[in-house]
Amino acid sequence: MSRTTSLPKRIKIHFMFFPAILSDSTTVLEFQFSCSIPAPLHSENDYFGVCSEPVIKDNVVVVYEVLEEMLDNGFPLATESNILKELIKPPTILRTVVNTITGSTNVGDQLPTGQLSVVPWRRTGVKYTNNEAYFDVIEEIDAIIDKSGSTITAEIQGVIDACVKLTGMPDLTLSFMNPRLLDDVSFHPCVRFKRWESERILSFIPPDGNFRLLSYHVSAQNLVAIPVYVKHNISFRDSSSLGRFEITVGPKQTMGKTIEGVTVTSQMPKGVLNMNLTPSQGTHTFDPVTKMLSWDVGKINPQKLPSLKGTMSLQAGASKPDENPTINLQFKIQQLAISGLKVNRLDMYGEKYKPFKGIKYMTKAGKFQVRT
Amino acid sequence: MTVGKDVSALFPDVVNCMQTDNLELKKLVYLYLMNYAKSQPDMAIMAVNTFVKDCEDPNPLIRALAVRTMGCIRVDKITEYLCEPLRKCLKDEDPYVRKTAAVCVAKLHDINAQLVEDQGFLDTLKDLISDSNPMVVANAVAALSEIAESHPSSNLLDLNPQSINKLLTALNECTEWGQIFILDCLANYTPKDDREAQSICERVTPRLSHANSAVVLSAVKVLMKFMEMLSKDLDYYGTLLKKLAPPLVTLLSAEPELQYVALRNINLIVQKRPEILKHEMKVFFVKYNDPIYVKLEKLDIMIRLASQANIAQVLAELKEYATEVDVDFVRKAVRAIGRCAIKVEQSAERCVSTLLDLIQTKVNYVVQEAIVVIKDIFRKYPNKYESVIATLCENLDSLDEPEARAAMIWIVGEYAERIDNADELLESFLEGFHDESTQVQLQLLTAIVKLFLKKPTETQELVQQVLSLATQDSDNPDLRDRGYIYWRLLSTDPVAAKEVVLAEKPLISEETDLIEPTLLDELICYIGTLASVYHKPPSAFVEGGRGVVHKSLPPRTASSESAESPETAPTGAPPGEQPDVIPAQGDLLGDLLNLDLGPPVSGPPLATSSVQMGAVDLLGGGLDSLIGGTNFVAPPTAAVPANLGAPIGSGLNDLFDLTSGVGTLSGSYVAPKAVGSISMDLQLTNKALQVMTDFAIQFNRNSFGLAPAAPLQVHAPLSPNQTVEISLPLSTVGSVMKMEPLNNLQVAVKNNIDVFYFSTLYPLHILFVEDGKMDRQMFLATWKDIPNENEAQFQIRDCPLNAEAASSKLQSSNIFTVAKRNVEGQDMLYQSLKLTNGIWVLAELRIQPGNPSCTLSLKCRAPEVSQHVYQAYETILKN
Repeated sequence: MSRTTSLPKRIKIHFMFFPAILSDSTTVLEFQFSCSIPAPLHSENDYFGVCSEPVIKDNVVVVYEVLEEMLDNGFPLATESNILKELIKPPTILRTVVNTITGSTNVGDQLPTGQLSVVPWRRTGVKYTNNEAYFDVIEEIDAIIDKSGSTITAEIQGVIDACVKLTGMPDLTLSFMNPRLLDDVSFHPCVRFKRWESERILSFIPPDGNFRLLSYHVSAQNLVAIPVYVKHNISFRDSSSLGRFEITVGPKQTMGKTIEGVTVTSQMPKGVLNMNLTPSQGTHTFDPVTKMLSWDVGKINPQKLPSLKGTMSLQAGASKPDENPTINLQFKIQQLAISGLKVNRLDMYGEKYKPFKGIKYMTKAGKFQVRT
Repeated sequence: MTVGKDVSALFPDVVNCMQTDNLELKKLVYLYLMNYAKSQPDMAIMAVNTFVKDCEDPNPLIRALAVRTMGCIRVDKITEYLCEPLRKCLKDEDPYVRKTAAVCVAKLHDINAQLVEDQGFLDTLKDLISDSNPMVVANAVAALSEIAESHPSSNLLDLNPQSINKLLTALNECTEWGQIFILDCLANYTPKDDREAQSICERVTPRLSHANSAVVLSAVKVLMKFMEMLSKDLDYYGTLLKKLAPPLVTLLSAEPELQYVALRNINLIVQKRPEILKHEMKVFFVKYNDPIYVKLEKLDIMIRLASQANIAQVLAELKEYATEVDVDFVRKAVRAIGRCAIKVEQSAERCVSTLLDLIQTKVNYVVQEAIVVIKDIFRKYPNKYESVIATLCENLDSLDEPEARAAMIWIVGEYAERIDNADELLESFLEGFHDESTQVQLQLLTAIVKLFLKKPTETQELVQQVLSLATQDSDNPDLRDRGYIYWRLLSTDPVAAKEVVLAEKPLISEETDLIEPTLLDELICYIGTLASVYHKPPSAFVEGGRGVVHKSLPPRTASSESAESPETAPTGAPPGEQPDVIPAQGDLLGDLLNLDLGPPVSGPPLATSSVQMGAVDLLGGGLDSLIGGTNFVAPPTAAVPANLGAPIGSGLNDLFDLTSGVGTLSGSYVAPKAVGSISMDLQLTNKALQVMTDFAIQFNRNSFGLAPAAPLQVHAPLSPNQTVEISLPLSTVGSVMKMEPLNNLQVAVKNNIDVFYFSTLYPLHILFVEDGKMDRQMFLATWKDIPNENEAQFQIRDCPLNAEAASSKLQSSNIFTVAKRNVEGQDMLYQSLKLTNGIWVLAELRIQPGNPSCTLSLKCRAPEVSQHVYQAYETILKN
């Protein structure tokens, strides 16, 4: 799901639901709820791939029906997209055609079985020919690095997203090589908390389809490996109207994996009129209006470190800018969870078949900032 | 959906579509009904039948849809018809219908509360708390909570341990939103002891790991509240503290809006229990692309968490922030450095040097902000960091914001003695005095007065200039009043002025913006709600009766230390020492006439009225005729010869001669009785024909605050023509009002017959105090200090004393000789005396041997006393 497209929608949703804040109701609830409304509406496998104004206009009835199921008298009821999809079927072209011909509707005429059972997140009677369960361990590293290259704060926000397409009522257990890392976790409601407390094993009956199994936080107190470094030499000279600019990006603790998708962005001070730079690889742009420098680096080759060098033309006569630009870094590392988290094994109980299992790791930069 | 167009005209046609089998169509028709039933109430009744029918439909979805829509139709006529179907649905076999019906009760209650109570729906709703399905339980709790909120008096949610147990069971099984309802409801419960509190906490803790941040915060609320009941010695208490930290930290990885809500709540939690997050400082470090509202809130929490252990890190961060782009944020960061210095004493030095570094950057707003906080640091640690003043002064010219200018002026004034060119600096500000903001003007006025008191010689002109600017050319009453106060203070008594203006200032407190403890406790009960974001109790922003139930933390159980209890810090009113009598304005006469004078209290009886001396006029001139002669004698020191008083109290003077002839009293003030204190001797003669009893005395307010120090003791009744002599001890703590003449005293004596009024002049020397000797330096300085126009010269004739004799005679009346010298054959005595109210009088007595008259020059800040001092000299010397 793309964040940018969902943004305007989200704001609309806020407006739509702010009247729901009566007296002194639970704000967090409102916020959390309004953040969770768009989720079922716009994620690919749910109602409409993209949630935009025209889409809502075209499907106003479906949106109304979905919202009606989600909320009654200001009380949020169900936000699990699985359940909503059973109550109100997502519109597809085929279904629209069928509905037009037969006069049937998108409204499910059966009460979803899951909703009132002990496992409200899973419907019964799920059937697949290929039984598969995929888990993605995705870690985002948030860090602030100071001028000299030492870490001020670094923390990891990790999630395990799952896509489970299994027949029947499977009961899964997932165990980790190093569960000690996870001291601050929030689980999907399906996870049996007691079992985790006692054995550090994730035991759960999964929802059908895509869901976020858990999110975790490796805090600043643990040592967090920093996979990249940035060498920078930015100087605004006082008198002359030219400044020097040079940055180099290199790998640090990558456990032998390649760093890809590197982009460097930096908000330059107001006094910078233009920049004349040459990158050793990739492409760069500088917007003289917003003063935003961005450099699309691509892969980092450890033998030949990418660098961006050149001069800045500064406003003549103006004094040295007060603030130093902060460098913002984006990157991706496949097949690595930077915290060192590793899944040990995944077992399934309760069903007879043998599922196909897969686990993928990925590390991304979250808010990764280098001060200069 | 209708783009704002009114489509109510289609009502009959739409209602006709109601009985369709198509569920989607049915939903839309119901939506139409909800919107337009109110505008067409008569037509809406046509729909009732369909509702009733739909409520018995075999499909639970349709039953639920009908019952849900019913609640949304706010038409009184219809609601009556809907009670039966609702009752059925509340007992429906399908939980989906039951949970929808539970919510419907809340809706109906909002439309017609009486109806809901009459129909017994509330009891049914309470029964649903024990339902087998957790979703139904959650919705019943939500509905009951909402109803209870609008009716604070009803005890709908009367929870007992059994129902709590049911809720806790349902908590584990229901959806995230249901969990929130249940947790919020639990938070309103008060466990009966700490064991119960602990067991509830144990069952709520797993919710802290929930992915939904609203669930997490509601769980935090329950735990924070019940922790109040747990003893701090318990192991469990420590465990709980540890468990609370990670979920709060995790909340900060959500969307910025949620982060903000979380931060506002964390701000409260940190104030209540700082130990929870004391190790988590780093997560509050600011990312440069955080939204500004998140940044500011993080900064605030950082300062609250700052301690000796982490101050180095915090300072390094703050310094970094001070170079960012966002001006508001930079200012806050600089201010935060100052707050750190004040909070963590050990770090003060480091903070000051950081601030100095920042000042070196010469970035205008950084410098200004730094100066403002350095002022606070000076207040907290006086005489420690004054070495930086020089650096501050360098930046004087760049200051353009009033707050910074005012701060700088304060610093210059406060440390005027250490800044060589303080007068020049202040003078430079004075040029544009009228263009400055009030804040700066006031500060400048004070600073110059301080400067004057510290360096009186060079700055006389400056102070006169500022005083005249403030008092004559300004339209601002605050400024004018302050100017006048200083002016009078300086002209009356420079020593007193020094004491007032240069008084030691109380140190500023550590944290200035803490939320008041009782409010904090209340807000803790509202964690996760709007109140916790506003940091205001709901009653402050919720209109009407909704949600204004006052919540408070449960009291600690007896087992825990009571000192921890939040309730043990009541801010009691100051002990009542209000005067018993507070006369209304313009009612002084009534007071004097009607007061039950009884035995006067030792305090000032006529304390607080600001009435002018209307009483005198109101007496219609009668007072004048009442005035006889009364005399005061006050011979304070042990050395006073007893004969001093006698000549003054020259016999008995009739105080008045009432024409009515009811009775007459005579009084006089004779010899001193008590040593070192002032007393008034009265002679009371009964000239009436009746016996007088029940004497009481009261003084009107007077120039020196004279008041009776004891009740008037007349032991036996006074028979006609009998005379008694009484000595009444006086004090000078009474209320003060300037009289004309200065030594005038108005006295009321009451007895069983009437109230009698007297007026008398007392000699001033009864008010000279024993510590009236000034040292020579001080004498010289003060003499110079007092402007020449305050000097008064008098001739004392027929006083053939030499210098020694005069000096010793005067000394016995507390006029002290400070120095003596001989100029051209004349003896010059320099003398000082002090009045009971702290006014100093300086005197130069010139005695020419052989010449019977001598010359007296008096200098005093309050020139009006000079005349009376002269009279006192004359009396003493001629005795």
